Amino acid sequence: MKLKPWRELEEGAVIKNVPTSLKYKTGEWKKESPLFDSEKCTHCLLCWLYCPDFVIKVKDGKIYKFDLDYCKGCGICSKVCPKGAILMKEEKI
Amino acid sequence: MKTETKKIVAKTGNEAAAYAMKQINPDVVAAYPITPSTEIIQIFSKYVADGEVDTEFIPVESEHSAISVCIGASTGGARVMTATSSQGLALMHEILYIASSFRLPIVMIVGNRALSGPINIHCDHSDTMGSRDSGWIQIYCENANEVYHTIINAVKISEKVNLPCMVMMDGFIVTHGMENVLILEDEEVREFLGKREPLYSILDLKNPITVGPLALYDYYMEHKRSQVDAILKSKKIISDVFEEYNRKFGLSIPSFIEEYFLDDAEIAVIAMSSASGTLKEAVDLLREKGERVGILRLKITRPFPYEILRKKLENLKVVGVMDRAETFSTMGGPVSIEVKAALYSLIKRPLIQSFVFGLGGREFSLEDAIKVFDILKKINKENKLEEEFIYIGLRE
Amino acid sequence: MKKILSLKELSERNTGLTSGHRACSGCAFPSIIKMVVASSDYPVVISNATGCLEVVSTIYPYSAWNVPWIHVAFENAAAVISGVESAYKVLKKKGLIPENEKINFIVIGGDGGTYDIGLQALSGAIERGHNFLYVLYDNQAYMNTGVQRSSATPFGANTTTSPVGKKMPGKIQHRKDIIEIIAAHEIPYVAQASPSHFGDLIKKVRRAFEIEGPKFIAVISPCVPGWGYNESETVELARLAVETCFWPLYEIDQGVYRVNYKPKEKLPVKEWLLKQDRFSHLKNREDLIEEIQKKVDEKWERLLRLDGQKIF
Repeated sequence: MKLKPWRELEEGAVIKNVPTSLKYKTGEWKKESPLFDSEKCTHCLLCWLYCPDFVIKVKDGKIYKFDLDYCKGCGICSKVCPKGAILMKEEKI
Repeated sequence: MKTETKKIVAKTGNEAAAYAMKQINPDVVAAYPITPSTEIIQIFSKYVADGEVDTEFIPVESEHSAISVCIGASTGGARVMTATSSQGLALMHEILYIASSFRLPIVMIVGNRALSGPINIHCDHSDTMGSRDSGWIQIYCENANEVYHTIINAVKISEKVNLPCMVMMDGFIVTHGMENVLILEDEEVREFLGKREPLYSILDLKNPITVGPLALYDYYMEHKRSQVDAILKSKKIISDVFEEYNRKFGLSIPSFIEEYFLDDAEIAVIAMSSASGTLKEAVDLLREKGERVGILRLKITRPFPYEILRKKLENLKVVGVMDRAETFSTMGGPVSIEVKAALYSLIKRPLIQSFVFGLGGREFSLEDAIKVFDILKKINKENKLEEEFIYIGLRE
Repeated sequence: MKKILSLKELSERNTGLTSGHRACSGCAFPSIIKMVVASSDYPVVISNATGCLEVVSTIYPYSAWNVPWIHVAFENAAAVISGVESAYKVLKKKGLIPENEKINFIVIGGDGGTYDIGLQALSGAIERGHNFLYVLYDNQAYMNTGVQRSSATPFGANTTTSPVGKKMPGKIQHRKDIIEIIAAHEIPYVAQASPSHFGDLIKKVRRAFEIEGPKFIAVISPCVPGWGYNESETVELARLAVETCFWPLYEIDQGVYRVNYKPKEKLPVKEWLLKQDRFSHLKNREDLIEEIQKKVDEKWERLLRLDGQKIF
């Protein structure tokens, strides 16, 4: 993101039109990626609940997407999955 | 102008301040009692208890929380006021900078009192001078009447520039001294102030915002520069608001400075707050003897009115600056240093003598004021300064 | 109000925090925030104390919050919400905010901002009776500045200001009981919860939101770098704290103590301790582990005695 000159900053350093952090992709941090097996998934949503980075997207109670742009590869989703539907695999550099 | 509705009442500085607050009817007041400004909040609590104001009064557990509550309420769009002194202001110190960086209008009345230690409850300016670089507008009043009118102006200025503002009066001397105060009608005050229009609101649920983020080396400096811009622009707004007020109500409340026989003076003293009253008496006596002496009372120190000082002091030969605070820089008091800095760029400038007086409530008498002029006359005659700073009223 | 929300219902709600924050990989507090904010039936306004959460979520110009959020300083988050809530009250009284608009005011602070530097402002705000829920995420040290001990740090923990040395076995004091301190203010609702037991946590948050006045919930928040464990184990670490009764799940609702969860088999505290690097030096110190176990047992037994009793 281009750094703004001082005259263009919001007064009081307030951040408007939030969330603006979506422009900051934390997915670059990860060493491992979750591999999701939708066949095994029962949509209990524990992975959704415990994912610290809001990576797992749910619609109508069903997981439809892992937004890996933000996934830091912690592996919590894999750990809490009771069905073994998420495996962590090493990121290829 | 409705001069017929104006009345004169006897009030102490604290009473005058509390009365102004009642007429302003702020949305939120948060405060913690501290001598000598305690009475302001006591009197105001009674207004709250009697239902004479609509204010949410928050009797907090510390001054740190008082200013923090003020920030919270001000980000919600409320009109917010508080009062404190000395250690209370020092305890707020950390948060003062945050209030101004958030660009929040908050009006704080300060009964000036010496900072510990040793602990002392009487007047000097070490408390507010200690917060002079916190980004607040700072206004020092001479007497109870000026306190009353300045507080009303301060609310409007603060909300127009979106910066917090301190209004000062000398502890005990003005906070507890009974004087004549010319008061306006409630309606006049409320109409003059109108409604606050906030820059942003934390209570705007449709447009959520983040207030108080972390800004590192890539943004902090830009934010600070933009804050300087705000206080720079406040200069015109301050003059305009006082002018509008004086015009509307037929008054002559000074904004940045007040002059007293300055026009043809050779020697002048820069004084602030109540001490200027004593110095004015000295000027009266010396003028009777035909001496060309005068006073420039500095009322606003943030923003520092250097342009006015340059213009007004350029043709003087000697200027004494009275400081009711120390800097421990070994160069005298804070205002003297800033006056010197302000005049440095002039090709022709007066000699400037720093005086420190009245620390911890030490009396400043008419004799002391005459002595100040005597010293300045000697400097004028010899055309040189002998001491970097001179203590007045000290036992040697 | 329905006390329980299914995860499906929760997943359809605003979670407050979003992606792009820079918390460490495996951090516990984003899920805690998710459970707290999504549990609210009304819009929320959040006051956040300085700390990890504040730092990682609002690095200008990137904010990861999609709800009104304010941070002022470290020690005053409860005072700040007092101000926001007061502005709301008075503006409503003056008709500038619609009469039917309801907001749940939330303060979030770490253990530094709650047990230590912010305790005075918190005590003042709850004594004055402001209407807000204080959520403590307790990671048991000053993690933001590099794992310095706080008064929430457990006995024996190795931190950078209570380091293990030739003479000292890590922190030599037991932690402060923040729940009892808050409960002594006799506020309507105080509770302790864990993200591992999410149903209990959500129920507590929703119970708190039902009540007018100050509410306080302490939530354990395992910290990957500060505690020293594999980042995928966060929920497990929180669960073990509960199963060992180091972090019992209980509440004091209108003065009545209630233990919300009694483990079928109370695990030895060792099983929680020795999963963490900060306690790894205790491996050969059975005496110290015993001392910790003794403290846990005493506290747990006291809780069982209080279960069902009204204390104010």
